[in-house]
Amino acid sequence: MSEGFPLERRPRWAAFVIAAGLAGLAAMILWDASGLKQDGGYAGVGPADVPRIIAYGLLLLAGLTVISGLKGDLPRPPPQAPAPVLWIMGGLIGQLLLLHVAGFILSGAILFGMTARGFGQKPLWRNILVGFALAFVIYGIFDRLLKLNLPGGPLELLIFRG
Amino acid sequence: MESFSLLMQGLSTALEPMILFYALIGVTLGTAVGVLPGIGPALTVALLLPVTYGLDPAGSLIMFAGIYYGGMYGGSTTSILLNTPGESASIVTAIEGNQMARQGRGGPALATAAIGSFVAGLIATLLLAFLAPQVVKLALTLGPREYFALMVLAFVTVSATFGDSALRGLTSLFLGLALACVGIDGLTGAARLTYGVPQLMDGIETTTLAVALFAIGEALAVAAMLDPPDGMHRVKGSVKMTREDWRRSWKAWLRGTFIGFPIGSMPAGGADVASFLSYAAERKLTKHPEEFGHGAIEGVAGPEAANNAAAAGTLVPLLTLGLPTTATAAIMLAGFQQFGLQPGPLLFVMNAELVWGLIASLLIANVMLVVLNLPLIGLWIKLLSIPRPWLYGGILLFATLGTIGVNPSPVELGMLILFGVMGYGMRLYGYPVAPVVVGLILGPMAEQQLRRALSIAQGDWMTLVSTPVSAVLLGVSAVFLVVPMIMRLRGRGQVLSQVAGDAD
Repeated sequence: MSEGFPLERRPRWAAFVIAAGLAGLAAMILWDASGLKQDGGYAGVGPADVPRIIAYGLLLLAGLTVISGLKGDLPRPPPQAPAPVLWIMGGLIGQLLLLHVAGFILSGAILFGMTARGFGQKPLWRNILVGFALAFVIYGIFDRLLKLNLPGGPLELLIFRG
Repeated sequence: MESFSLLMQGLSTALEPMILFYALIGVTLGTAVGVLPGIGPALTVALLLPVTYGLDPAGSLIMFAGIYYGGMYGGSTTSILLNTPGESASIVTAIEGNQMARQGRGGPALATAAIGSFVAGLIATLLLAFLAPQVVKLALTLGPREYFALMVLAFVTVSATFGDSALRGLTSLFLGLALACVGIDGLTGAARLTYGVPQLMDGIETTTLAVALFAIGEALAVAAMLDPPDGMHRVKGSVKMTREDWRRSWKAWLRGTFIGFPIGSMPAGGADVASFLSYAAERKLTKHPEEFGHGAIEGVAGPEAANNAAAAGTLVPLLTLGLPTTATAAIMLAGFQQFGLQPGPLLFVMNAELVWGLIASLLIANVMLVVLNLPLIGLWIKLLSIPRPWLYGGILLFATLGTIGVNPSPVELGMLILFGVMGYGMRLYGYPVAPVVVGLILGPMAEQQLRRALSIAQGDWMTLVSTPVSAVLLGVSAVFLVVPMIMRLRGRGQVLSQVAGDAD
């Protein structure tokens, strides 16, 4: 919901960044489409054509975004606290890196702990312990009972397959 | 009376103990997520999709539908007691409902919301049962160009008609459409936008995108907020409604139902639109205009009935045409596809037992929900006392569980993080999230229909407007695109932005 955000009539740099992103995406699509074999068949429309149309649409939207940015027509977000975002991102990236080394339970415990820390819950070690218990139960239910294949590490080997 | 006997057959399926059990899990989970702020039905269905790979298709789909209905019930509780809508379709409920709670009339507000949801759910599900076979007959006469036109209409209404900016809505939609191109082209087998990464060959998983945008984006946005949300209002007194409350509620329930069902069943926005229109109607028709804004019971009864009726209405295009019109419906469509089922007219022929079992289960789910939501309301209120750090820690753990369960590759988790950051950024700058998900799911279907239509016409683009049905549908799409833009230019855009919502 963005009704509450004040609109200010001066250029918005964020809009230009968004427009650049859209144009970049369009360029990627057009570049990829140029390498596809054109095989339209009876339709005359091959695999590269619909992506091309979408890319042109994105370019048009990028242009309109620049215009709306010049007019200052983009919601101004309320002030953001950067620390919680960094904690949560850290937890997610930590899980990504640790998943295949430490297994689902440990990496999940770290994700849970760091997210809770991001929401202001201290101390971190206790969050991780709570996360460990939760991830343990989830692993037990989903990997063992529901046969979802969750990556295991040394800990999972020790407890469940030992 | 063909529908009636089919519905009776469906009921016998729905009354099997295992199916009842799935429905019960669905409505319980649905109520819980409806009550909890920050997770809506779309996210819950997305989280559960990978978990149900190994389960019975009928049971899983019934569970998903139960979650959808339950979410609509539970959302009202949060709106009334916390003034933080549990899901977007309950925003209007918060206006009057929270005022009632402030005056110590939280009990009757919860009651009128729950009973209104029941009445609306019951009538709307019956309407669904009787309307669906008619729409199926109609659907069988539609060809690729009509389907393409219908999908264009859905694209426009989901992205550009409501909300505060057509530009941002369309940008979201095109992001979804661009992501939809990734993977193997369904008609020629060409690999598109994969850049040599084998994990991208299968395309972008709907669940990964939906979970990232809804769960991770939302968690980041909530964590980064500086001002803490409103406190909770305890329910004082009984949940019983007085004779006066009943007298004022029942008409609002019925009006809400008959506003909500058609809106839900047309590709014209989801439950948010319905609940908003119902609120506007109640405010016009009330005999107590002075109470509006200060806790008028009609303002809770009508919109709550409307959003449940709209949820049932959404199932009409989803089941009969395979056309999702809300984010939740889009993810439920992914659920059907996961089991190799393609919603549409053929589903009613090939899997009649499943479809009618599903519809009949909705009737039963409705009864379960009114029981869960009235006598057991205290239990749900306790859910609101889970501290937010634990709640969001748990949400993120489950969010990654779904992705890891499908495909435990770093590429998939990386995409989850990437789209999560994208979802956070979109929330910051007022870009709606739902059109991305709808674009991702509907995009490839629209492309196929377009290319089929052009194949049949040997590449003649005029074929798209050569039948009355497709021409009218495309015309209506253009109207839905242009008229709101004119309204916004004339400064009448507030109405549209209030109707917008994301996670219904």
